[in-house]
Amino acid sequence: MKLDPAIRDQVLATVPSLRAFAISLCGHVDRADDLVQETLLRALAHIDSFQPGTNMPAWLFTILRNLFRSEYRKRRREVEDADGRYAETLKSHPEQTGRVEFSEFREALAKLPSDQREALILVGASGFSYEEAAGICGCAVGTIKSRVNRARTRLADLLAIDNVDDFGPDRATRAVLAGSGRN
Amino acid sequence: MDAPAIQPKREVRLGREVQARIGQQLRSLYDDVVKEGVPEHISALVRRLSEQDDGAA
Repeated sequence: MKLDPAIRDQVLATVPSLRAFAISLCGHVDRADDLVQETLLRALAHIDSFQPGTNMPAWLFTILRNLFRSEYRKRRREVEDADGRYAETLKSHPEQTGRVEFSEFREALAKLPSDQREALILVGASGFSYEEAAGICGCAVGTIKSRVNRARTRLADLLAIDNVDDFGPDRATRAVLAGSGRN
Repeated sequence: MDAPAIQPKREVRLGREVQARIGQQLRSLYDDVVKEGVPEHISALVRRLSEQDDGAA
């Protein structure tokens, strides 16, 4: 039996976001792409357990997260200092994870405990509801809410945002203005 | 007599504005990857697997 093209298209439509999530978990594009590939192999081999009409992104994100977690447990010794290493990975591959003006934000994000980072990304970037994020992470909705809150507080702390003007586009704009003589 | 010191209250709770800025940065970072779309090797993989018979998978 061949895969229903509609289901296949739903899978493909989820891939870009799935990759962004994988990169945020691994901090490394190559590993993230392996993880996405492995997720898709597993998902398509078990496509019968997906109920058409239910949430395809949540289903794929759950598989990816579980794969990442079990791989992570296997490598625990190697990545004992997971957060520190994650930060190092990002520093050594800045070109792989995006634009230069985000480097400060990216570093702060890398310093979060992984469960907080994951919750923040699912809710704040992937666009899942708290309920969906709880389903993906296999925890209570309240746990997700508190992780997201702690993540935001910690980020604000790390970025030393006392003043909105200290953060974000304004700072980037100032940097551009400061260098405007050369352009 | 001295005027009473003004209490900074920003420590207590993150302002909406700050939260909005954090959200904005997070989404920009994420969307940079999303905009890359589906890498060729991944779409090829999905197409190949979806054409396969059950037994072969």
